[in-house]
Amino acid sequence: METVINMALLTLLAVVTVAMVVQRSLLSVVILASIYSFLMASVMIVLDAVDVALTEASVGAAVSTVLLLATLHLTKTREDMPRHGRALPLLLSLAVGGMLVWGTLVLPPFGTANAPIHQHVAPRYINDVMAETGVPNIVTAVLADYRSFDTLGETTVIFIAGIGVMLLLGGLRRQSSEEGAPEDPS
Amino acid sequence: MEAFLDFADRYNYVITIFLMIAGLYIVVARSNMVKKLVGLSIFQTSVYLLYLEPAKIVGGTAPIIDPAFTVYSNPLPHVLILTAIVVGVGTLALGLALVVRINEAFGTIDDDEIKPQDGG
Amino acid sequence: MSSDLILRVGTKLILPFILLFAIYVQLHGDYGPGGGFQAGVIVAAVVILIAITFGHNAAKRVAPRGLVECMVPMGVLIFAGTGVAGFFLGGNYLDYSVLSHDPIHGHHLGIFLVEIGVAVTVSGTMVALFYAFVERGR
Repeated sequence: METVINMALLTLLAVVTVAMVVQRSLLSVVILASIYSFLMASVMIVLDAVDVALTEASVGAAVSTVLLLATLHLTKTREDMPRHGRALPLLLSLAVGGMLVWGTLVLPPFGTANAPIHQHVAPRYINDVMAETGVPNIVTAVLADYRSFDTLGETTVIFIAGIGVMLLLGGLRRQSSEEGAPEDPS
Repeated sequence: MEAFLDFADRYNYVITIFLMIAGLYIVVARSNMVKKLVGLSIFQTSVYLLYLEPAKIVGGTAPIIDPAFTVYSNPLPHVLILTAIVVGVGTLALGLALVVRINEAFGTIDDDEIKPQDGG
Repeated sequence: MSSDLILRVGTKLILPFILLFAIYVQLHGDYGPGGGFQAGVIVAAVVILIAITFGHNAAKRVAPRGLVECMVPMGVLIFAGTGVAGFFLGGNYLDYSVLSHDPIHGHHLGIFLVEIGVAVTVSGTMVALFYAFVERGR
């Protein structure tokens, strides 16, 4: 049952992606991207990644969409026809895709419990998490306890991204308004 | 039934790679920068899927310890991807801010129209 | 800004529940899906919803720009400070066992503090990003 639901959701994802590739109105692309994120969150729930699904639904479908819409408000919403040929990118993509599919042929089948990924560190976390941290949600325990250095670095990345955007969009405006010389809006 | 299960095993990976090359195609073939960033996001989410699919055990449950369950999916990829999603929105925002500034400087967000203006 | 009655009343009705859900996700992250990232984004979504429905100035009364900009580095400091606290109490950096008399309690406390730090930075950054984009368009 899980497999069938997963396949249906993945098919929907592929359809939405095709629509995003052919759509020329950027507003539609952004709305489709939002739908894509919700579908991705559903797929993640089927794949048992509930924490990730919650994050994808709130970040991918909400905040990303708001930021993209704000950008479209500041720029333009229509995509021009590309001037160069599409044959080379298509060929490149298909070649890369072919090689990657060939690479997946040796991967273990979907959902098997004795695949190599489940043998190494995961049993250590699953068996010892209650004794060592007392936190039932293993994802939270690994995120904030076992691998808190990663999370510290990641919080710093968010901090840097925020500072970067504030400098790019806010800093100059303040400076130029103090000098009394508004920017040329061309 | 056997053939269907065999097909189902491969289907996940094939769709993941399809999303990946769709993102790659948008980034390479399209000259509109907002579209390029959306393509980059698609590429990024396909990588999330590539990590999460092997973590799943059919018949297992979400990695939250409960006496009623014994089989849990692998929690480690979930942690890595949780981090990746939040970093992803940070990079997307930074990219969009650059697009806004490029639009103010050049009056366009199309790669092909910027190149002649930039002397390239 | 917007004079749509249904939108205004609906937003007012739903806001406390979104905020309550954010707090639930934050504090229940140890036992169910959730944690600092998700709660931070949901809190930011509350501010963005206020800005969309009642206008930018209403959102700025709820979350002043100065406060939001302080929250961005504040969360990183809380996170790093938790690590330094472990340092001074005789453990390694980010070792939670020494934070309390009982190691399990220490881990709970450490995870709680770290998640607060993550939520503060994430919510502050998301709102700051939104403000930056909106103010550019004025």
